[in-house]
Amino acid sequence: MITKLFLERYDKVGLIFLGIMATIAIFVPLSNLLLPTDSFLHVPTYVMSLIGKYLCYAILALSLDLVWGYCGILSLGHGAFFALGGYAMGMYLMRQIGARGVYGNPDLPDFMVFLNWKVLPWFWYGFDMFPFALLMMALVPGLLAFLFGWLAFRSRVTGVYLSIITQAMTYALLLAFFRNDMGFGGNNGLTDFKDILGFSIQAQGTRAALFFATALLLILSYVLARWMVTTAFGKVLIAVRDAESRTRFLGYRVEHFKLLVFTVSAAMAGLAGALYVPQVGIINPSEFSPANSIEAVIWVAVGGRGTLVGAALGAVVVNFLKTWFTTGFLAPYWLFMLGGLFIFVTLAMPKGIVGTLQDWSARRRERATYTEKSAQKIAEQGE
Amino acid sequence: MMPNWGVCMSIKFVRRGVLAGMASAAMMLIVGAPAIAQETIKVGILHSLSGTMAISETTLKDVMLMLIEEQNKKGGVLGRKLEAVVVDPASNWPLFAEKARELITQHKVAAVFGCWTSVSRKSVLPVFKELNNILFYPVQYEGEESERNVFYTGAAPNQQAIPAVDYLMSKDGGDVKRWVLAGTDYVYPRTTNRILEAYLKAKGVAAEDIMINYTPFGHSDWQTIVSNVKKFGSAGKKTAVVSTINGDANVPFYKELANQGVKATDIPVVAFSVGEEELAGVDTSNLVGHLAAWNYFQSVKNPANAEFIAKWQAFTKNPKRVTNDPMEAHVVGFNMWIKAIEKAGTTDTDKVIDALPGIEAANLTGGMSKMLPNHHITKPVMIGEIRADGQFDVVWQTKGLVAGDAWSDFLEGSKDLEADWVGKKCGNFNTKINKCGS
Amino acid sequence: MIQVRAFCAAVISLFAFLMFAPAAQADFASSLARFAQDEFSETALAIDEIAASGGSRAQQVLEALGSARLFVDPASKKVYWRAATSDRTIHDAANGEPVADPPAGLQVVRINNRLRGATLNAIGALTLMAPDPARRRAAAESIFKSRDASALAPLEAAIKNEKDPAIAALFAQARAVLMLAEPQTTKDQQLEAISILRMRADIGAIAALRSISATADADVKALAADAVTAIEARLKLMSHVQNVWYGLSLGSVLLLAAIGLAITFGVMGVINMAHGEMVMLGAYTTFVVQEVFRAYAPAWFDWSLAVALPLAFLFTGLVGVAIERGVIRFLYGRPLETLLATWGVSLILQQAVRTIFGPSNREVGAPSYMSGAFDLLGLSVTWGRMWIIVFTLFVFVSLLLALKHTSLGLHMRAVTQNRRMASAMGIRTPWVDAMTFGLGSGLAGIAGVALSQIDNVSPNLGQSYIIDSFMVVVFGGVGNLWGTLVSAFALGVANKFLEPVAGAVLAKIFILVLLILFIQKRPRGLFALKGRAVEA
Repeated sequence: MITKLFLERYDKVGLIFLGIMATIAIFVPLSNLLLPTDSFLHVPTYVMSLIGKYLCYAILALSLDLVWGYCGILSLGHGAFFALGGYAMGMYLMRQIGARGVYGNPDLPDFMVFLNWKVLPWFWYGFDMFPFALLMMALVPGLLAFLFGWLAFRSRVTGVYLSIITQAMTYALLLAFFRNDMGFGGNNGLTDFKDILGFSIQAQGTRAALFFATALLLILSYVLARWMVTTAFGKVLIAVRDAESRTRFLGYRVEHFKLLVFTVSAAMAGLAGALYVPQVGIINPSEFSPANSIEAVIWVAVGGRGTLVGAALGAVVVNFLKTWFTTGFLAPYWLFMLGGLFIFVTLAMPKGIVGTLQDWSARRRERATYTEKSAQKIAEQGE
Repeated sequence: MMPNWGVCMSIKFVRRGVLAGMASAAMMLIVGAPAIAQETIKVGILHSLSGTMAISETTLKDVMLMLIEEQNKKGGVLGRKLEAVVVDPASNWPLFAEKARELITQHKVAAVFGCWTSVSRKSVLPVFKELNNILFYPVQYEGEESERNVFYTGAAPNQQAIPAVDYLMSKDGGDVKRWVLAGTDYVYPRTTNRILEAYLKAKGVAAEDIMINYTPFGHSDWQTIVSNVKKFGSAGKKTAVVSTINGDANVPFYKELANQGVKATDIPVVAFSVGEEELAGVDTSNLVGHLAAWNYFQSVKNPANAEFIAKWQAFTKNPKRVTNDPMEAHVVGFNMWIKAIEKAGTTDTDKVIDALPGIEAANLTGGMSKMLPNHHITKPVMIGEIRADGQFDVVWQTKGLVAGDAWSDFLEGSKDLEADWVGKKCGNFNTKINKCGS
Repeated sequence: MIQVRAFCAAVISLFAFLMFAPAAQADFASSLARFAQDEFSETALAIDEIAASGGSRAQQVLEALGSARLFVDPASKKVYWRAATSDRTIHDAANGEPVADPPAGLQVVRINNRLRGATLNAIGALTLMAPDPARRRAAAESIFKSRDASALAPLEAAIKNEKDPAIAALFAQARAVLMLAEPQTTKDQQLEAISILRMRADIGAIAALRSISATADADVKALAADAVTAIEARLKLMSHVQNVWYGLSLGSVLLLAAIGLAITFGVMGVINMAHGEMVMLGAYTTFVVQEVFRAYAPAWFDWSLAVALPLAFLFTGLVGVAIERGVIRFLYGRPLETLLATWGVSLILQQAVRTIFGPSNREVGAPSYMSGAFDLLGLSVTWGRMWIIVFTLFVFVSLLLALKHTSLGLHMRAVTQNRRMASAMGIRTPWVDAMTFGLGSGLAGIAGVALSQIDNVSPNLGQSYIIDSFMVVVFGGVGNLWGTLVSAFALGVANKFLEPVAGAVLAKIFILVLLILFIQKRPRGLFALKGRAVEA
């Protein structure tokens, strides 16, 4: 019964996705750790960290699809939440370095020592404790999204206006974090991490564990997002997306729904950013750059807006292509291909990969039922 | 009914199969592509070919390709040919780390030549440490770093900033008494300006005679700042601007200087990030006399340099193509690496790292640069004045070569530190407590 | 008149010759020989000696030296200069005679800043009597800056001879500075000098007044201090005017960058991420046109921008039409998807330019009327900036007129207001769409021509303007050209008033935060289009 209830929440694509994700979450780390390197099934650390990175992007795309695909909020600033979560993790990791920095200062991170800071700024307090840092990874982006959404949704800023001010937000944060006086390491950002929770960040076991955590977070995010969009709450969200005023006239407090989903989505993006940082080893203000946020929107569109699975798939596909195109003889031309891909997807597959596949299979089914019916008809006539 | 079900099932199966196939093909592409060929020695080239940094870094990729081609014409090294592996980290810092990992683990490169910005170097550092490989970093930077796996062939602050200020304080430089330290707000200008401020104060310059100004990346509206500089410079004392303004922001800055009539004879600007490449985009006739401090200028008259320029212009098939300082750093670094491999008799990372300190290679300005135990190199320091044709006239240069100092003597945290990878095997040896890693 | 002046010049140079006769004993030829040494110290001596010898011969040599036209033949050690005129004839420096076949391999005499300054000072003293008023003006300024006491005597002579009152005033100011620096001047002379400088009222005057020695008379010091406060008060006021001017100038750049977007995004509703690349293409068109001019018609270089403007408009307009026909027309009614497709287009265009022109900056020169600055009531106004403001307003007004009074404009407005109705009235809507997008792109292209004068011409050019452009259009209210105008200037001026207080970075952050807050207050921008629809 419970399984049935659980299964009801998912369509076939969702179940396939969960299945693949569960396999990846378990297989990749184990294969990396246990199988001999010459085995065909062995996943090298490089590939694992690469997939780990893609999965972080997939969570970001998922969170974006939640607000854009289901609630019509096109955020061009979701990269900001991702980066804020990343910074919270980065600050924790910086504090873990302790006296092992090049200057041996037990309290101050290296960049503060050579920029002549004397004491740790107040906002760095507490980040040496993981639980607090963990809280901040979700809370800071969530809070920013809440404040921002509270202002914007109450005054009914919608459509492109909203998109542009989210872009202004991430741009302002970009400029702010670039400033060295802010105390976040300026352009160089936070880097050269050593430990996480007492384990060396470069150890293979830690990498595998981080990978597992990322895959798990993607699964959990999907489950949460799916739950949100398939309940009555989700129906209201879709109503807001399709006819905001009508929903409002029906008596729903549209801004409350928007605010909640925006905040949850931001926290999700923040956690994705937090897992991204230890895997790539650096967090820097360029993560705030508006182009990154636009790219995240593109992942969602490529995969299929409003399908959740599509968002995650789009993130992985686009980033995989990016990795592939940027090596070797293709390197000077990869922007042509990436640009061409975006144009192709919008023109030829407006519903994205998953949406197009779904349409396609639906049409097949329709045709199948149609032929079946006509066959029946013929058979009936024949009788 | 039944057959139809069957079709449905098989379609689904096929789709799943396709997905699985795609995934495994993807894996194969990443994993299987580089078959390990023992015949060639692979050299990684990690420079952005797209994005904001492409403007500076693409040239360095071309230089490396030229150097490798040339070395292969000479028969390669250790009887093996060299093979360049070019990747594009696209001015994206996490991508730098990813690409570095790809070069080392997938392509098994023997060494990597790459990075421009400090942040890209910081991003790849952990990868090089973890996978134990060699990075040659060719750009002038803020110092405060010495890693076992990195060889810094660009200038440390003491090889650029301090000699430049010394020159301006001299009679020939104009006997400057008042200083504007203008920079882009990131680590290199911040550190350089802190070092310069401490140095100027040690030389008796009063605090009110130093003005510090930071601007964001790509700043393009310089009206206010240039007029402030003019105001600051009219206090009756000879004033100079020390510019650590980065890359793209320089062109509008120089255009504004020219438009507001700030002549080099009134307020000279000495820049640390403006070379021949950057000036290629500016009409320099109004900038004649403004200065730059580097370790190499294209205009240096020297047979080695003339030969290099000729080869470069032939290689790029562009008789107007300019050369600049980071290119020379790659030339020196590459030649040192080749000599180190020959000395070690192998491309084994540890042996090459041990072989490198002490290696000497001719630079293009007529001297022999030497790799020091702190992984920096010795370089001449030159001051050039901008000419109307976009080149520089060298108006001053140090007598001999200056040794790069990883840890500045003018910063509080770092003056006790010392890097020595030969004797002490340590990048941050604290001389005060006589211990590695302080 | 000219004869009189020539006579006077001769008298003065004779006078100067007599004055400096002892120093000029070293003969001209041996002074010239010093240039051949290629040593800065030798060159410095040569400048002093040649300046002391005076005369037009000296003036020619020094001017050639200052502008890198003085050459040495390494073989014969002889010195030559090249005429500044376009025929570029080579003259023998020893006698000033043209040389028919100059030796090959001439090398420029190198100088550094110190020598360049010394040369300028020397020329300043020598050209006080030049027939060209601009050169006399420059001479006065150069003496004012250098405070070279040796220039006092020729200056006194030149003042007596000067007919132009404006230049005479400059001479008087230069003299006043020299008087203040001179220890032997009387108290009255000093007081007079101070009042002259007070009239000049600029930072240079303050510098001169501040340099009065501490041992000077108490009255003199008091008057000088008083003058300094007066000038400073005036300058403070001027700094506000200056901020407004800088703000307008920044605003005009923003407006120029945004005006095309106001059409493609504001009027058509296409989130055109490739807008910045259109600006970039316009700038590259300018570059190409200038290259052609440099190669084939260097004398007409000043006209290059005038040629580039229509070409850039046409070229980017055509690219725009191609993009509209090829991509965007399939996406009407799906504005957010235009974002994706145009982002793809922008990546392709960027990389295409990078592949064709290389990744580095390209040089776009300023025509003579765009360079330099002029003084307007103490406000230094650069020509380039002024022309950009004028040009921006011109573009804006023409666009308004075009939309109001041409049939294309009428069709455009009809289509954007009610596409079906317009179509029913027989307007070819697809054609109008293409033309509208072409117009927006063309406007971006001519913005590129103007921006090439103040910014980098590199493949990244467009990227740096795209966000600001969207902010401007949204702040002003989508679909309202006047809103775009007001918003661009408001953002520009606000930025420039914040910048001196908060610094360039914080100023920009403040502006963005203010913009976000403002949109809360007016969710449809400054000038929202009034309408009955609840949702646009």
